[in-house]
Amino acid sequence: MAETGFLPKDKINGFLEALGKDSLVYMPVLEGDTIIFRPFSPEKNLCLDRPANSPPKSVIFPQSDVLFSYRYEKETDDPKKVSVKIESHTDYPKAVIFGCRPCDVMGFTVYDRVYIEANGPDTYYKERRDKTAIITLSCPVPSAGCFCTALGGGPANREGSDVLMTGLEKGFFFEPVSEKGKAMLSAPGMEDGARYMQEAQNKQQDAYNAVKKPFPSVSHTELSRKRFDLNEFWQQAVSKCVSCGACTFLCPTCYCFNFTDEQTLESGERIRSWDACMFYHFTLETSGHNPRPTRFERYRNRVGHKFLFYPEKYNGVIACSGCGRCIRYCPVSVDISEIVSQLRSPE
Amino acid sequence: MYKVKADKLKEVVTNVLNDVDLVIGYKQGFDAVHATPHFITSADQIDGLVWNPLCVHNLTTYLPALKMKKIGVIVKGCDSRTIVQFIQEGLVTRENLVIIGIPCTGVISVNKVLKETSRELLEEIVFDDSGNVTAVTGKGRKTLPLAELSPDKCRTCQYPTPLVYDHLVGDPVKSDKVPEGVYADIKEFEGKTLEERMKYWEQEFDRCIRCYACRNACPMCICQDNCIAESRDPHWMTQKMTLTEKFMFHMIHALHLAGRCVECGECERVCPMGIPVNKLKKKINQEMKELFDYEPGVSLDDKPPMFMFNVDELKIKEHKI
Repeated sequence: MAETGFLPKDKINGFLEALGKDSLVYMPVLEGDTIIFRPFSPEKNLCLDRPANSPPKSVIFPQSDVLFSYRYEKETDDPKKVSVKIESHTDYPKAVIFGCRPCDVMGFTVYDRVYIEANGPDTYYKERRDKTAIITLSCPVPSAGCFCTALGGGPANREGSDVLMTGLEKGFFFEPVSEKGKAMLSAPGMEDGARYMQEAQNKQQDAYNAVKKPFPSVSHTELSRKRFDLNEFWQQAVSKCVSCGACTFLCPTCYCFNFTDEQTLESGERIRSWDACMFYHFTLETSGHNPRPTRFERYRNRVGHKFLFYPEKYNGVIACSGCGRCIRYCPVSVDISEIVSQLRSPE
Repeated sequence: MYKVKADKLKEVVTNVLNDVDLVIGYKQGFDAVHATPHFITSADQIDGLVWNPLCVHNLTTYLPALKMKKIGVIVKGCDSRTIVQFIQEGLVTRENLVIIGIPCTGVISVNKVLKETSRELLEEIVFDDSGNVTAVTGKGRKTLPLAELSPDKCRTCQYPTPLVYDHLVGDPVKSDKVPEGVYADIKEFEGKTLEERMKYWEQEFDRCIRCYACRNACPMCICQDNCIAESRDPHWMTQKMTLTEKFMFHMIHALHLAGRCVECGECERVCPMGIPVNKLKKKINQEMKELFDYEPGVSLDDKPPMFMFNVDELKIKEHKI
């Protein structure tokens, strides 16, 4: 059996339709000027031209997720007594993410350490993760703000994916990474990829060289803890931050959440929803005290979590994939790569 | 022209900085097509100042939070309306502000530039004195008139010269746009049926990720940390990602700006999901104009209609007993 595959461009819809027979397939769709992951349908405008505005993280880690629903019921023979009926919601379909980018997938590997490996599995996350296959597209060119190579990644990074696709002139070269990925080589329309391998490798190398490196590479031990702790550094660096959640919600590696009970009179749902450390409420305590009341303190936490605290806990792995979305879509162009460079340069 | 103005601007800022805690201006951002707010507290930062059509941000959005400090701020005509509105609402102290106004000949929409250059990585962008913009990418150069690359607000701009200022950098510019044009897009949109409009908004709001960039960039959104979108007490909104909740948030944002929105368009500019949220605010402003003959942020002597009460409003029919 072939070790790699090739899917001609005109066979994509058929390929996705076949995947859709037993899975919910998500793909990047162009709506106006915005690219967003949507469930597959042949009428939708599949767009692989540039990374989606928002990564597909919500497929595995939904922005709001009903964990269970509950209902208070009076007992018929003694109405003073009230019981609670709870119904769980963990029946997830098989899913495929098509056209994910390597930096987006790296996010899932960041979540895996937290939600599966280190703390005992979070069933809501693990169920979806296990049931999802990821078909990644290697990036042909960098977008503004991209800096994946400085963080050890790259436009053709395979980690976390099931298949890596590389777009060629007439179609897509498929390199399986996992068993799930190998199975896709027998999909309808797939040809043997052997004769396209060289062309794909050249493309991947060109793309790698095109990504800008704001710093050669970085490890958490190289960052100045002294400067990190200095309020003045942050006031200077991010006094322009407006403290919205765009960076966090568009970030493929941000995984913080909130729990809320959304209840009407006698029934409700417990939901888990994304939270953002940029928001004032993120650290607001019941007493009214807020340990991170200012915007610069909140932004410092964001950088600290990704570049210091996470690596300290997880063998030096930096929790930023360099996708550049927080730079591209920041209302005031706060540049995290510039800030990390400043933290890195000698004191 | 821009270079001359930028040099003049640096001179003015150098003087202003002696009397204030901070001057807020612009500097070059992370790539060729982005400027970024520049917070200047010491003279050695002045050299970083830039002035060109990349200076899109409404810098006045920082002012209410800095009310207790003495601030110098650089404003375009449109931004200056925010300060007028702030003063009317008591959100800033005029004596604490040194307003450096720049008569504006239009800014760019980054999205329009990217579209025109097929979203290739931009290496350089040049603004010449004849009003043309040349964008340079790895694949070549493209020159277009600035007017074609401007955000919609510039195309109907009535106030290119700041309405309130302490220093004016450059000669005043007069608007050559007809006032009737301001709400032309809203009138056109209203030509659609109710069902069409509903479908349009459902599609647009479906993309909302509730990141609140529109809210936090908005200078007139002053509830900020106490916004009902996140508040649990009152618990008016859930944290679910349903269309209903997204609608609710945007409707409240728009209604809270009735007769207050200065149409700087920041909400729409900053939306990472490309939702035309400014349309809602313009619609409400248009209503306010028709009902109360009021335009936010254009005259220091005005009182916003939502800040006063008349027993008999001219254009509101009361039920008489």
